[in-house]
Amino acid sequence: MAETKLDLLQGTLDLMVLQTLATMGDLHGYGIARRIEQVSGEEILLNQGTIYAALVRLQQRGRIAAEWGTSDNNRKAKFYSITKSGHKQMAIDVAYWRRLAGVMGRVLAMQAEGGE
Amino acid sequence: MKSLRAWLMRVAGMFSREQRRAGFDLELQNHIELQVEENLRAGMGAFEARRAALMKLGGLEKTRQAYSERGTVPFLETLMQDLRFAGRQLRKNPGFSVLAVLMLMVGVAASTAIFAFVDAALLKPLPYPKPDRLVEVTESVSFMPRANLSYLDYLDWKRMNREFQSMEAFRPTAYLLKTASGTEPVPGEMVSDGFFRTLGVAPLLGRDFYAGEDLPSGPMSVMLSFPAWQKYYGGRKSVVGEAVSLNGIPYTIVGVMPKTFEFAPRNNAEFWTALHATDSCSLRRSCHNLTGIARLNDGVSVATARANIITIAEELEREYPVTNRGQGVSVMSLSEAIVGDIRPILLTLLAGAGLLLLIACVNVSSLLLVRSESRKREIAVRGALGASPWRLKRQFITEGLILALIGSGLGMAVAYGLARVLVQLVSRDMIIHMPYLEGMGLNLRVFGFIMTVFLIAAVLFSLTPMSRLSSVEMREGLTEGARGSSGRGWRRLGANLVILELAVAVVLLVCAGLLGKSFYHLLHVDLNFEPQHLATAMVVLPDAVYAKDAQIVAVRREIVRRVGNLPGVTSASATTVIPTSCNCNTDWIRFVGRPYDGKHIEVNQRDVSAGYFTTLQTKLVRGRFFIEDEDAGKPLVAIINKAFAKKYFGNEDPVGKRMGDTELTPKSIKEIVGVVDDLREASLDAEIVPAVYYPIDQNTDSQFALVVRSKQDVNTLLPVLAPTIHAIDPGVGVVEEETMTQYISDSQSAYLHRSSAWMVTGFAGLALLLSTLGLYGVIAYSVSQREREIGVRMALGAQRSAVYRLILGEAGRLAGWGIAAGVVCSVGAAMLLRSLLFGVQAWDAGTLATVALLLGTSAMFAAYVPARRAASISPQEALRSE
Repeated sequence: MAETKLDLLQGTLDLMVLQTLATMGDLHGYGIARRIEQVSGEEILLNQGTIYAALVRLQQRGRIAAEWGTSDNNRKAKFYSITKSGHKQMAIDVAYWRRLAGVMGRVLAMQAEGGE
Repeated sequence: MKSLRAWLMRVAGMFSREQRRAGFDLELQNHIELQVEENLRAGMGAFEARRAALMKLGGLEKTRQAYSERGTVPFLETLMQDLRFAGRQLRKNPGFSVLAVLMLMVGVAASTAIFAFVDAALLKPLPYPKPDRLVEVTESVSFMPRANLSYLDYLDWKRMNREFQSMEAFRPTAYLLKTASGTEPVPGEMVSDGFFRTLGVAPLLGRDFYAGEDLPSGPMSVMLSFPAWQKYYGGRKSVVGEAVSLNGIPYTIVGVMPKTFEFAPRNNAEFWTALHATDSCSLRRSCHNLTGIARLNDGVSVATARANIITIAEELEREYPVTNRGQGVSVMSLSEAIVGDIRPILLTLLAGAGLLLLIACVNVSSLLLVRSESRKREIAVRGALGASPWRLKRQFITEGLILALIGSGLGMAVAYGLARVLVQLVSRDMIIHMPYLEGMGLNLRVFGFIMTVFLIAAVLFSLTPMSRLSSVEMREGLTEGARGSSGRGWRRLGANLVILELAVAVVLLVCAGLLGKSFYHLLHVDLNFEPQHLATAMVVLPDAVYAKDAQIVAVRREIVRRVGNLPGVTSASATTVIPTSCNCNTDWIRFVGRPYDGKHIEVNQRDVSAGYFTTLQTKLVRGRFFIEDEDAGKPLVAIINKAFAKKYFGNEDPVGKRMGDTELTPKSIKEIVGVVDDLREASLDAEIVPAVYYPIDQNTDSQFALVVRSKQDVNTLLPVLAPTIHAIDPGVGVVEEETMTQYISDSQSAYLHRSSAWMVTGFAGLALLLSTLGLYGVIAYSVSQREREIGVRMALGAQRSAVYRLILGEAGRLAGWGIAAGVVCSVGAAMLLRSLLFGVQAWDAGTLATVALLLGTSAMFAAYVPARRAASISPQEALRSE
């Protein structure tokens, strides 16, 4: 585990939320936040509150939908689910990240070779 | 698309704010509960578990904020809050709000209405293509800077000039139109063939005059104005090619002008005929009866064109020394020729309205200052509670905007109505020469003017209270708030505003006074005739019927005789030019037996009937009046006015002296038989120039004016004039029947002086009211802020009279400074006004003193009310309220 936590890169939170919903099914805000924390191995500096701004943003863009339901502990909770448009957007974003990560990896590998 | 949808959802979010917030609170609460449970499971204590949950969330309030910012449009939302708050503030203080809005409305309405006038008259170009290329071209003589052009000179100028694309001439006339119901005199215009092409206007129907159609040999053709087409032909398309009888001569209708066509010098002309220069005047180079217009070549300035025409005029002068000696040239832009006379008046009115607007704005600003003073605490509290300075400033901007918006919006509406009324006030005769005023309205430029005023007002109204609320002031507001002391700074600023306001009011009042005095002088100028109980009318004889001089003389004598026999009429007479019209219709003369240096002696010339001077009641100074049958068979005689006698005869007795035309042709020699008083021939503000009168029967013309004196109400005479004349010959045209007093008060000079005097007086009255209100506001506020101090003074034994002295003294000082500054400024302003003043100096002591007294009195009156309130303060209560 790193000494300091990682700052979230611009735009990554939305993708994390979409991915979480795509793999885990419908979740409430807390569930999403917890899931991301767990997967990140507690490495990401995440104010859980920022999840909600991301959720509103995604909702406004039609990437996710929300519905009131009952949570495990039998309370009224708002559940989010990914929409068709969300799936499409996610595919685009994932491809983008993969390409970016690949490029970054190659660039960094090249530096290591020429270094010594 | 997505972003638009997102934005719409955010805007929608603003309207379901409460519901959304409740939902989100539930969601958050849920979130925290879940986290707390998790923490408890991890073994934390209850308190620690909740604290950790909140920390993990990143703060409850912050999350809520982030959520709602994302969910709505924060800028719009705070704007709505500000608007709601500003609305509440304005409603809470209706007196202030109504007063501020009304004051701004008055200023905006006055200035906009006048601006609409100025726009229509001075800014709106002539309704022709490339209007800046159009010029008026005329000759010029000693007392007529823009005299008429003679036909032969016109032809030479047109042929020899190098700077005009084209040059044309026109001449107003009246035609006797034969209609089914009889003969009717109608206004017309004779124009050279390229007239409409030079203006750049094409006919709506039919064709324009073709080149050469105005030659003496050309066909008699006529074009109709749109109104005439509607009026006489019901808008029939088949009218082109039909014949119409004008002055008993058949003309062919070749075209109809479009509805939008206007020609300011004579907009009421109904029949436009090609100029056939066959009359005797057109054959003489010394007879001037045309006005020229020309279109400049591209890139040529008016000055260059003028220089070119001057050269040509000099050449003609060498060639024709007898007729053209001393004939000057006038070339000016057509718009200048059309609106030049009213420009100073309009600019004066605009300046007056602008000053009124300034007073209104200053007044609202000082009201805002007063209010911001009393809101200091509220602002300080909001600041202390964490409102950012920008947010506080935005509040003032919002309030300023609202005030400015309502004020200028109402002002615009009132201005619209006001402009309508103003146009109605312009007499029909004047409108003929100012057709551009009819289309006056709220166009883009006027709207731009209002927007400018609105923006300036909005900036002023937001900055004024803001300037009072620097951060230092805000802190003071908290600490000394309860003391309610009025800041010295405020009093200085408020006082300066009042001084400015009073000074501006003085300027307006002085200008109004001077213009009013000018108008009074104008109406009381010595006419040297008695205008009461006089009626005038123009009579037009059909040329075809009255072709010989003897016929004209006979019918005119019959007309004068029959009109003179009407009940109540004491005398009737005829002249060629109605008194008080113009220094025009001039003659060149030369004296028998005196050396001649070739310079023209130019004098006003009128042909009058025998009873003319007795009818007008103009005094005979020497010699005799004309006698009844002094016609072409008798020796030629002349009567001169006093100005003539003084200028050309000095102490000599002019009676018996002889004069003739510039060549002293034997048949032009006349003997002076009398001298009359300086009968006012020209406008009321023009100087008296030498005039000569000839017997009308020795110098016949088919148009003349009747002047009739009645013992009874002269208005009852007007309707019987035409029937009386038609009883002699129904083919004779009678137009423009009116009373002499009406004629004088409708004259352009009287009209312009009267309207400017009235309107500036109106502005000045409003300025007086507004500035008095402003002074009242400042003094009243100052009293309310000093209640405690005054209470203490009175508790310590100050008399009521001392309190009066204190308050009135303060008002007096302000009024004194304001009036003093205003008097200095108004002398300067009046100097700029000089061209409009008549018979009164810019530094008219009486006006200055009257204004100072008036404003001083109303200032004291405005201060008296708050002073009385101050004096009635009960010391106990003032102290207890502490």
